[in-house]
This record gives sequence, C-alpha cells and structure tokens, in this order.
Amino acid sequence: MAPNDVGSTGIGASVRRREDRRFLTGRGTYTDDINRPNQTYAWILRSPHAHAAIKSIDTTAAKGAPGVVAVFTGAELGKFGMPCGWLVTGKNNTPMVEPKHPALAEGKVRHVGDPVAVVIAETKSQARDAAEKINVDYAPLPAIMDMKAALKGGGTPVHDAAASNLCFDWELGDKAAVGAAFTKAAHVTKLDLVNNRLVPNAMEPRAAIGDFDRATGEHTLYTTSQNPHVIRLLMGAFVLGIPEHKLRVVAPDVGGGFGSKIYHYAEEAIVTWAAKEIGRPVKWTAERSEAFISDAHGRDHITHVELAMDKDGKFLALRCETLANMGAYLSTFAPCIPTYLHGTLLAGNYATPAIHTNVKAVFTNTVPVDAYRGAGRPEATFQIERLIDKAARELKMDPAELRRRNFIKPSQFPYQTPVALVYDTGNYDATLDQVLKLSDAAGYEKRKAESKARGKLRGRGLASYIEACGIAPSNVVGSLGARAGLYEAATVRVNPTGNVTVFTGSHSHGQGHETTFAQVVSDMLGIPMDQVEISHGDTNRVPFGMGTYGSRSLAVGGTAIVKAIDKIVAKGKKIAAHMLEAAEADIEFKNGKFQVAGTDKSKAFGEIALAAYVPHKYPLDTVEPGLDETAFYDPKNFTFPAGAYVCEVEVDPETGVVEVQSFATADDFGKIVNPMIVEGQVHGGLVQGIGQALLETCVYDKDGQLQSGSYMDYTMPRADDVPSFKVAHSVTACTHNPLGVKGCGEAGAIGAPPTVINAIIDALSEFGVTHIDMPATPNRVWKAIQDAKAGRH
Amino acid sequence: MYDFQYHRPASLADAAKLLQSAGDDGKLMAGGQTLIPTLKQRLAQPSAVIDLGGIKDLAGIKVDGNAVMIGALTTHSTVASSKDVAGKIKALAQLAEGIGDRQVRHCGTIGGSIANNDPAADYPAAVLALNATITTNQRKIAADEFFKGLFETALKPGEIITSVSFPVPEKAAYVKFPNPASRYAIVGVFVARFGSGGTGGGVRVAVTGAGQGGVFRAHKIEEALSKNFSAKAIEGLHPPASSLNGDIHASAEYRSHLIGVMAKRAVAAAG
Repeated sequence: MAPNDVGSTGIGASVRRREDRRFLTGRGTYTDDINRPNQTYAWILRSPHAHAAIKSIDTTAAKGAPGVVAVFTGAELGKFGMPCGWLVTGKNNTPMVEPKHPALAEGKVRHVGDPVAVVIAETKSQARDAAEKINVDYAPLPAIMDMKAALKGGGTPVHDAAASNLCFDWELGDKAAVGAAFTKAAHVTKLDLVNNRLVPNAMEPRAAIGDFDRATGEHTLYTTSQNPHVIRLLMGAFVLGIPEHKLRVVAPDVGGGFGSKIYHYAEEAIVTWAAKEIGRPVKWTAERSEAFISDAHGRDHITHVELAMDKDGKFLALRCETLANMGAYLSTFAPCIPTYLHGTLLAGNYATPAIHTNVKAVFTNTVPVDAYRGAGRPEATFQIERLIDKAARELKMDPAELRRRNFIKPSQFPYQTPVALVYDTGNYDATLDQVLKLSDAAGYEKRKAESKARGKLRGRGLASYIEACGIAPSNVVGSLGARAGLYEAATVRVNPTGNVTVFTGSHSHGQGHETTFAQVVSDMLGIPMDQVEISHGDTNRVPFGMGTYGSRSLAVGGTAIVKAIDKIVAKGKKIAAHMLEAAEADIEFKNGKFQVAGTDKSKAFGEIALAAYVPHKYPLDTVEPGLDETAFYDPKNFTFPAGAYVCEVEVDPETGVVEVQSFATADDFGKIVNPMIVEGQVHGGLVQGIGQALLETCVYDKDGQLQSGSYMDYTMPRADDVPSFKVAHSVTACTHNPLGVKGCGEAGAIGAPPTVINAIIDALSEFGVTHIDMPATPNRVWKAIQDAKAGRH
Repeated sequence: MYDFQYHRPASLADAAKLLQSAGDDGKLMAGGQTLIPTLKQRLAQPSAVIDLGGIKDLAGIKVDGNAVMIGALTTHSTVASSKDVAGKIKALAQLAEGIGDRQVRHCGTIGGSIANNDPAADYPAAVLALNATITTNQRKIAADEFFKGLFETALKPGEIITSVSFPVPEKAAYVKFPNPASRYAIVGVFVARFGSGGTGGGVRVAVTGAGQGGVFRAHKIEEALSKNFSAKAIEGLHPPASSLNGDIHASAEYRSHLIGVMAKRAVAAAG
C-alpha cells in the first residue's frame, strides 16, 4: 500500500485521534445526551429473585401514581421474544435448546435483574417512584447456580425445555485420535481451571430512546450499540415486526462496549414498541447498578484440560472438557462463544496433531453470558498457556523452550489445525525472541535476588497467544450456525469539490476509526486527511453493515473502504482518460493525480471529482456522472494476530499481595495503520486482562444474589494496579486482505491472564504451589501459600 | 432519591432544633459521602436532611496544649494537609490522606465519619487508639464509650458532634490493608504509644475493618507492646478468627492473620 505521499498522516503514522477533541472537551453526543420533543422516561422494574414464579402482578397503584403515562408487563410485552443469532448443533446432530426469552418476564423470573415491568412517566423519578408501587407476588424457587449440580437436574430447571439445564453438548476434533495419542504419551499434564465471570463495565451505561413519527410511520431507535444494522434487523424482523424501511437505528457516540453492546437487549424493543403505543418518545438510561444485573456478562467457564507429550516434550494431543455458563437466557451470540470462538482456538500457536474438545453449555439463574473482549479466545488461551507452563515445570524444562519446540513454524503456513481453522501466516519464534529481549530475560535472576532481599517473592511468567479476528467468511459461519453474514460495507462518497465522506458499517465506540479509516482513505487517494470525514452509526446514512466486534473493523470494514476506493479510482481513470484524451489503460493514479503514463499530462483528484458532478466535458455515453461507490467485503478467512507476553510480579508472602512489576508484549498484528492507536488498544486490553487475573470477578451467592454488584465490591483495575507497559511489534502481513492487517483490540485481554498467573505460580513455586484460580486476590494467594506449607495442595 | 426537606442552618442551635422537629426521620449531613450515595440508591428515605455545612465554627484545627482538636466538619483533605496535625500526630494526617479518593477527601468530614461508624472506616481506629474525646452539643464522650457496634454510636437523638480532641502520642502509626474495590479497610490497625504522663501512659491498639462489632481494641497486642514496643514482641499475636467478619474479599482467618501483620507494620512505622 501507501502509494501516495500524504506526509505524516498516511498509513503507518501515529496521527492523534481526531475524535478525542470532542470526547475530552465533553462535546460528544451519547444516547443519553439526545432528547426528543415531548419525551417520556422509562424505568424497568427488575426481579429481586434469581428464580421465582410470578403468581400475580398488580399495577393499579403504579398506573395512578403522579406523572405516570403507562405501565406495561409481560401481559403486553411477553409475546416478544429476544432472538438468538447463532444455532449451535451438538452431538448426534442435536440442536441447542433455545428457550423463549421474553422482553418482559412471562410467569417466571430467571435471574436477579430480569425485567418484569416498565413504567413510563413524565420524569425518571416519577417512573421509579411508581415502579415501587407495583405489587409482584413471587413464589421463590431454589436458584440453579452451580453448573455441575445444574446438569444433574432435580428441582425446577431454569427452563422447562431443558430439564437438566443443558443447552447443548458440543464437540470438535478427532476423539479417537486423541485417545490413541494419550495411550502412547511419555508424559501427561492435567489441569482443572476456572475462567472467572466478568462484568463488562463500559464507561457509558446502556441507554435507548424510542421515537415514532405518526406522520411517516417511521420508528427511530437511538441506542448504545456496536452494530446498529444488526439491531435493526433483529428487532425489526424478529421481535417487533417493523419493516426495515420504516425503522431507523442510530448508535451515536458510544462510550465503550467490549462486546456488551453487540447484543439486542429487551430495553431497545420495549422503548421502540412503547413509543408507538403511547405516541410519545420514551427514553431509558441504565443506572450503573442496573448495568451490573442487565448487561451480558463475560467468560464463566469451568474446564478440565490434558496435554499428552512424548519424551522430548513434543505435543501429541490435547483434550479439553468445558462447562460454559449461558446464564438464564441465550444472549444474541452466546452459543458461538464457547464453541466456534473457543473450541477452534485450542491449537493455539502449536502444531499439536490431535485435539478434541467437548463443551457443555448450561443454563443457570444468572445474568446471560456472551462475548466480552476476547470472547472464547481468552478462555482457550488461558487453558493452553497455563497447561504448557505446568507441563514445563513438571518436565523441568524452560517454558520458552517447550513452547518453541512445539510452535507452528513459518514454513508450515498456511497451517490447517485439527480444530477447523487455517492459519494464513505468522512467526511465533519472532515474537517470542522479541519479548524475551524486551523483558530483559538475562537480568531476571538479579532482579529476583533484589526482590528476595526486600522479603518479596519475584516470579516471571510467559505466555504466547493466537487469536482469530474478523470472524468469516459468511458461507462458512453460516454452515456452523450463524444466522447472519459477517461481511462489512462501505460507501466512499467523493463530494464535488474533491473532499470525501466515508460511510462505514463499522462502528467506533472508542477504537478511533474516525482517525484510522481517514488515514487509509487519505493515503489511498493522496488527499489530506482533513479532507476526509468518517460517518458511522446511523442506518439511514450508512450501508448495511455488521458493526464492530471481534477486532474486525480495520481488517473487514477497512477492506470494504479499500474496495470502494478501488472503484472510485477505476471510475476516476475513465473520466481522466476522456478529459486527457488518452487511453484508460495509460492512466496512472498517484499522489492524488490521474496522469497519462510517461507524460506530464494530468488531472488532480479534485478536478476529476468536479467533472463527475459537473459533467460538461464528460463521457456521458459510457460513464455515469457522480463519484460515489459502495463495496461489500466478505473476507476469505479470519485474521490471526499472535504474540508473546512476559510479566514479572512480586508477591508479598506475608499478605499475599501481588504487584505486577513489569509487562512486556510482542504482538504481530500484521501491518499497522496507526501505531499510537494500536498501542493504546494493547494497553487497554492488558489492563482488562490483568484485571481478570488479579482483581475482577463476579460473585453470586447460592441464592443467586449478586454480591459483587457495585464498585464497592467489584474491583475495576486502576492506574496504580498496572506498571508502565513495554510494547513491541513484529509484522507478518495478513495474506488475504489488501491492507495486510489483522486486528489488535483484544490481544491484551487474551494474552495477559495466563502471563500473570504463570508469573504468580513461578513466584510461589518454592512452596510447591502449582495452580491458583483467577482472580489471584491477596486472600487466595495467602491461602495457597498456607495450604502448600501445610501440605494441603 | 426520594423527596425530602433540605435545611442548611447557620448555627448549631438551629441545627439541633431542626433535627428535633424532624423527629425520627431527620438526618444530619456533614460531607455527605455516605448519605448521598445511600439516598441516590434509595436505601434511605429521610423526611429531612439537615446539612451542617453552613455552620462555620464546626470546621477547623486547633492545637490545644497536648491535644489536637479537630472540628467535626473538617474535611479529610484539610486534616491530611494540616501542618499542625502533621507536626503533632503525623499518623493521623497520613490516615486522612488514605481515605477513599480525592473527591471523597475533599467532601468527607471527620465528624461524619465517626457519627456514621462504618465498621470499615479509618477514623474510628484513630479515635479509639488515640483515646480521643468526642465533644457534642451536649457533652463530652470518651472514645472507649463512643463506638457501640456496626453503624452504632453513643450519640443520642438530637446530639451533634462538634469536635474531636486527640491527645498527642509519643509514637503512632496507622497501617491499612485496603479493600481493592472500595479501598475501605479490610484491616486497619492504629497503634499509639503514650508517655507516662497525661493520658496515663501505655499503648493502645485499635483495629478497624475486621471486627464483627466494628472497631475494637486489640488488648493482647496492647499488653505485649506495653512491655516491649517492637514488632517482634507481637509476633504471632492476633485476635481469633471467630471474633472477626469474613466476606467475598477476605475470610475471617485471613483478616485475623492480617491484623497481626498490619500491627507489626504499624509498630515498625511508628519507630
């Protein structure tokens, strides 16, 4: 790429984020900043019980309360079921159990926070006051909380359709080959682990405004979404029955998503439906404590994993048994996370010849679980990288050497894994070498001695990771059960005076697309970056796009822009050929000019744009006026970013406190458009990964009450919990997209947890501690030390 | 939050009258750092909130002979940055510096903290270990008589704290093991040693964050330190887990262990 010289703003330049001026000065427009004339406010009454039958609901007093416009319950809204976007088919061709997920509870509540009624009033306070007057007569049922116990059945299941609370029992890989390999193994390493449940905690809580124009019959939904077209399709076609040409979905500035704003939530359908019903706009904005019990959670796997090796530490086979918590209902993409985004990643960076995985998805009386930054890939990586570390310790091998011995080598690409994926490219030794150097492996023993002199135990942890980003192609994911395509769309509209508006189906909620995409366009068209505007988030403006998740925006959305620009350039050449009286084949486009090859005859990009819209001297008989092109791009494959991380921790053996002393990363994201933004994404991912490893966890009690339901008890990582990161990159370009890019948004969250835990285990190895669950809180670390000392491990 | 009557009296007498006329549902507000979040979450429904912030004489720090007197409405940040406090009882300034976050420290007050008597708050440990005297609009109350249990104090209806007087110790230190989420104390230990004159001498050790009944004195640790004020003297001494609370962050056993560790560190820090 980069055929054009646009100075310091092209591909590869660390351009400062253009959007930050409005965000940092408080000028962003978030959903809650939008107010519609004559607007009302909704308050959702939520279940205080994890599991209960609803015997009756009396809304009389609420309806008569001051300011109340309407009160609705499952009687009106229970008929609308929230759809699931992925059908997983389990063993013996058995489709998953897909119970109805009513927009408002129908006869039963299934988790604390399950929406039961909505009150719409003149003010939010009045709606909330009235909601307290709703009398719901609950008959509480024992809560189904523990996945292993849930699968044994007994008691009232979460859903009648799943008597033993099993959603699906899915497998992937050659079980017989794996079994045979284990019988030949010289050494087998086994590990039981938990991938802790996380609450996403985007900075902006979810919000939605429903608006209905009686004159035009058009519905508008303003919502905190990562993918407005997906919401339009799901809600319009599968929930409310609103034709898409009468439904506009706007996702304006969105303050972080991390996956939690992919899904179609009941509140969106409720406000959209109610706005028409009452004839006034309806706004709902979540409180933070409401977010804890209504945003889809992440992770929550229990896994047993085993690795078979030969006498030299060569991996022979891997097997993995996982229980994946679905929560009380299937969130939009929940079933594909532990299966196609987790099971398929189990080869990691390694040439393990045989792999088998079995995943049982379980319903429990908890908030639904879905994709959260990394989505399945952190779970897979944690299993593999913890297991390899344990194996290295058992074999008394250097963990770097054991990894190296089993890496897929550059000469093996494209590499077909035993779990369905084909990796196109990579160089895992390169990132490993890079991170060992960056983290000063040579100086470690000296640092360990220094720590010891201060009474601290120092540990060093290593992990490699691979991730599959930009989930694709559509026909393959369709055969695996996806009920959507996974392409992206872009329109590049050249305006008459030569500046450009790009309409992208990708959605930016912190990623910096308005900068990165503009750099690509500027570079390709040879025009200054300030001549390019990126528009996104409004289904009435942008072409049908699939949105932003799974680190797909640049690889998929960016490629759609590139394809549209290719069309612009091709058309520009036709126009230029006519104007310059040359053959089209002789026109070259370079540095913002259409030039007749080998001559000094040229037309600037702006001249061509003007000619296209003022077509006086123009090939009207063969070329349409205008310079406005749309492209849809469906990738041939995932992209496969990979890397290696090292961290060093210090453990205070008296208190169990773990401090991350240093963290070094070497990532291969393919080609990089904006290194500064990429570095920011790595930092953010690392902090979330360190948060999962040390701090964050969602705790329910046995009755299904959320004990970590606010920031008083849910530990978000803070600046003083993390060190200054050392970040490096190496590049193997993606082979199947024109930018050669892979995706960087989730890497940190995927690679960090095993790196941190491996470092802690290294620090505690003198006590014989071999495993610790996340988050490695001071209490857990202290107890692990006490148990080890007492011989209780 | 629910609706309530808001009052901002200019004098202590007016505040007392308003509190009396509000009956059982009246609530005093100092810095509001506990009350306002409680109201916002609709966990309290007072009929009236009487904001003490308008009463000028309630804030301020005075050194009075061998004591430091801190007005009830003095914010944590004022205590933390006070040269008088730092000069006389450095441990108290350091404790104030470690409360909550910057916003909390600029609003929250010593009187509010003590009157609320959150079992994980920092100030109660200082009040108890330093043998402070709490002055109200009605009387003086000794620290040992003041803290009565979780969120319970000796304050009677209509009684308003006006100041807290801390005797200056010979040595003191506060060491906290914070809850990683809220940064309240999981265990906070305040150790103070007094000279033979004035307060009668000896060592007082108060523990916050861990007790089933809120802040308490660790008498066995006090006895050991009275004989030998060194970290070594209290090796292995910590209250039994059975008297402590456990939660999702820290078991009672872990808290018990941490009291010993924090006490040793406090002794070492006191010098």
